[in-house]
Amino acid sequence: MRDLRLALRAGGGFGLGLAFFLILAVLVPLGVGPAPETLALIAPGILWVGALLACLLSLDRIFALDFEDGSLDLLATAPVPLEAVVTIKALAHWLTTGLPLVLISPVLGLLLFLPGEAYLWLILSLMLGTPALSVIGTFGAALTVGLKRGGLLLSLLVLPLYIPTLIFGAEVVSRGAQGLSVATPLALLAGITAGAVALLPFASALVLRINLR
Amino acid sequence: MGLRVTDLACARGGLPLLEGVSFALDPGQALVLRGPNGCGKTTLLRTLAGLQPALTGEIDLPPEAMAYAGHADGIKATLTVTENLAFWAAIYGTSGVAAALERLNLRALADRAAQNLSAGQKRRLGLARLLVTGRPLWVLDEPTVSLDTASVALFADVVRAHLEGGGMALMATHIDLGLPEAQILDLAPYKARLPEHGTGAFDEAFL
Repeated sequence: MRDLRLALRAGGGFGLGLAFFLILAVLVPLGVGPAPETLALIAPGILWVGALLACLLSLDRIFALDFEDGSLDLLATAPVPLEAVVTIKALAHWLTTGLPLVLISPVLGLLLFLPGEAYLWLILSLMLGTPALSVIGTFGAALTVGLKRGGLLLSLLVLPLYIPTLIFGAEVVSRGAQGLSVATPLALLAGITAGAVALLPFASALVLRINLR
Repeated sequence: MGLRVTDLACARGGLPLLEGVSFALDPGQALVLRGPNGCGKTTLLRTLAGLQPALTGEIDLPPEAMAYAGHADGIKATLTVTENLAFWAAIYGTSGVAAALERLNLRALADRAAQNLSAGQKRRLGLARLLVTGRPLWVLDEPTVSLDTASVALFADVVRAHLEGGGMALMATHIDLGLPEAQILDLAPYKARLPEHGTGAFDEAFL
């Protein structure tokens, strides 16, 4: 029944993150130069940084619109637990931002001369990592809801929390590209995501309640 | 089954606004809150709705009995009128979207995107949400803002029917709704004394 929340997002410009990711991947070869060996070396990092920043772009929309039109007050008094609302919001953010990024990443990998054996790891690491980006971002959005021009503060709050995911995510891809074992960074990446998904909705719901006072 | 409020005190922005508020509301009754701007009507309603904690006092209310409607209607501009109501019906696990549209004279607008509604039509949609919730106690903050006279009368009829069905309504409003049976509570006598300088909880100011 709460899938309807997703319909609410449908009107939003979720193409923005995707367009940003695309532009970044197209511009980097133009800026760095077309040498395949250089590009192949930096491709994992570029793709992960691009995905992360694209994710960041749409974060402030998660709660801001609902706060402005009063839906958030009404949802907080509705018989649905706020934790569930927050989880659905994060899921909706991932479906509209994270998932499209995962799906388009192989195409962009092609633009950046990503080595063939790394594609699987690129998709897998983004698939595992982007849910954490959405959940952490939802927490940040809950912290800054109601603040005018909260976007900058939101970015500053969320970026440090994104760093572990970025490090291990990019590590998976670059190790994969070199044909090394990816088990350790992959396990850590999955661990971060699992921990974030399990714990952060409760924290987000709590700060949201405080912010609604 | 009713609402009992005993010796309630509530604050906004760290400043106590109201204290010693007590009243009771039984099924079939309505209570209208009166008082000048800034006297704490909205704060009292938000406290009752559970959006902010009370400073002291008790609120005795059966669980899952209340539907709150604030200043903003919580309408999604990109959805149609029916879709907006259907979302809330799904959240509250009820049906009756079509009946609610009929009651508030929104039938002709059912497939219109909410962004194309006038302010009064949006308000009627926000009030139709109350019917969809199926909750017995309506907590309404200025429900008649931007409604024309005909719509106010329509809304008064809806409230009266709700009361006859054993419902309750608690409203903050400045205009006469034409509900002679409603009790009136003037909040001005409950105004909280300003705390002695420096004794207020410092942290509260940041919450």
